Amino acid sequence: MEKILTKNFELKNSHTVEVYESTGGYRSLKKLFAMQPNDVIEEVKKSGLRGRGGAGFPTGMKWSFVPQNIPKPKYLCVNADESEPGTFKDRYIMELDPHRMIEGIIICSYAIRANTAYIYIRGEFVFPKQRIDAALAEAYKKGYLGKNILGSGYDLEVYVHRGAGAYICGEETALMESLEGKRGWPRLKPPFPAVVGLFGCPTVINNVETVSALPYIMENGADAYKKFGTEKSPGTKMFSVSGHVNKPGNYELPLGYPLKKLIYEDCGGMKDGKALKAVIPGGSSVPVLTAAEAEEATLDYEGLQAKGSMLGSGGVIVMDETTDMVKALTNLAHFYSHESCGQCSPCREGTGWSHKILKRIVAGEGRQGDLDQLLAIADNMMGKTICVLADALAMPIQSYLKKFRKEFESYLCQP
Amino acid sequence: MAFEFTAENKKKFEEVVKRYPQRRAAMLPTLWLAQEQHGWISPEVMEYVAKLLELTPAKVYEVVTFYTMFNLKPVGEYHFQVCRTLSCQLCGAEGITEHLKKKLEVPLGGTSADGKYSLSEVECLGSCGTGPMLQLNDEYHENLTAEKLDALIGSLK
Repeated sequence: MEKILTKNFELKNSHTVEVYESTGGYRSLKKLFAMQPNDVIEEVKKSGLRGRGGAGFPTGMKWSFVPQNIPKPKYLCVNADESEPGTFKDRYIMELDPHRMIEGIIICSYAIRANTAYIYIRGEFVFPKQRIDAALAEAYKKGYLGKNILGSGYDLEVYVHRGAGAYICGEETALMESLEGKRGWPRLKPPFPAVVGLFGCPTVINNVETVSALPYIMENGADAYKKFGTEKSPGTKMFSVSGHVNKPGNYELPLGYPLKKLIYEDCGGMKDGKALKAVIPGGSSVPVLTAAEAEEATLDYEGLQAKGSMLGSGGVIVMDETTDMVKALTNLAHFYSHESCGQCSPCREGTGWSHKILKRIVAGEGRQGDLDQLLAIADNMMGKTICVLADALAMPIQSYLKKFRKEFESYLCQP
Repeated sequence: MAFEFTAENKKKFEEVVKRYPQRRAAMLPTLWLAQEQHGWISPEVMEYVAKLLELTPAKVYEVVTFYTMFNLKPVGEYHFQVCRTLSCQLCGAEGITEHLKKKLEVPLGGTSADGKYSLSEVECLGSCGTGPMLQLNDEYHENLTAEKLDALIGSLK
């Protein structure tokens, strides 16, 4: 299959502007500046591109919510705060093909009429940040950024903003709070960021992978992009595979690809020939699939929804028959309880209590009633908070307990 | 002891502030500059940053304590941060931490008496396909084994 996002990954010095240009990079800009911004938005809408950060919101539609009849500046924030456990795709785009992301940033900024874009990158990504800093310097030097880009009369400044270790800052409103110099506390919506976003101005927040798909769409048109994937989930997506497979790593696949094929063919099958037990298909926050469910699932928004899970960020965590599901869930409860920002009680308390109960169960001191207690806590977290971090633990709790309940019961003290 | 930016960092700070329409937005970049210079964020550093950003020290304190990467106390010259989240755990992260505890003779969350090594466990570092892994100061070390760890520690001495 033709690759869109990863096509340059194997090339030597793929991160440099020379190599990027030699593969057709920045060529879409000429076409871009000949178009009206609204037409760019329409083209992206037509492509069916959906946000690749996890929520899957249609990208063109998100842009179209930015009001153009008010005098405030508009902003683009690129979400490079990749932190969803199991996900490591944006990091590779930034390390191996940063110019593709920068070209995408120019396209999006022009479409929403923003003259400033911020790349919010997680603090731990020191090497990817170095690659972006260098790529931005190259792009400025070549006249792709700055004042009057390629004689178009359009100006764009791009800055990198380094986070400092907080999963929650990948949530778009927390990201803006963080960028404004505050704690990463998610904001109530509405108002939505497209209207009242960064510094109180209209703002679009797009994931690294999402913007990196834009140069292809601009260059080849929406119809070419729609040739990949399914009707409702067009295009390609990067899947980060980790856990018990022979060849973990990033795989760019057309949406609708069978999960079974990804595990057994692309990833070389299960490590040490062990049997598959469970798969988390879209980052640690989504409901887990049993082996039987996973073997029937297709990797697209609708296919995974039909199996009771979600495409999420595309972080595929594969677990073999030796995996202790109680320990796996406890690990995740530790994560979410550590990362809860503490703003909403159901999340702050719920993630903490869940973790404490699970630790007790793992230690062999679980009581009868603990499993129902966990489910009651999950019910009190789900959909009851400002952002979805609470849901991101509630969904694993509910699905692990539903699908692997016997394993949890075997840990409990007998009555 | 009062803290102040070096002349070079003062210049960097002035550049950083210009990127944002609001001064407060320079908070994280300013704290990063301060931590690079001082090694950790002391109460004096917070007061200094507050003055630069025209905020009360409490506004800086609430930020410093929210993010995990700002050190609230000095850390060792070499800071080992082992990823403990699910994918790395599935691939043996616990063994990596245990091995480091023994080799470095440092408890989890602690620093060696000579100030050379610190050891912590951290949440997902976005390197799940190459676990188990750790971050040593600014660098990622991936696909770890006991042998690789020993070689890494050996290279530091």
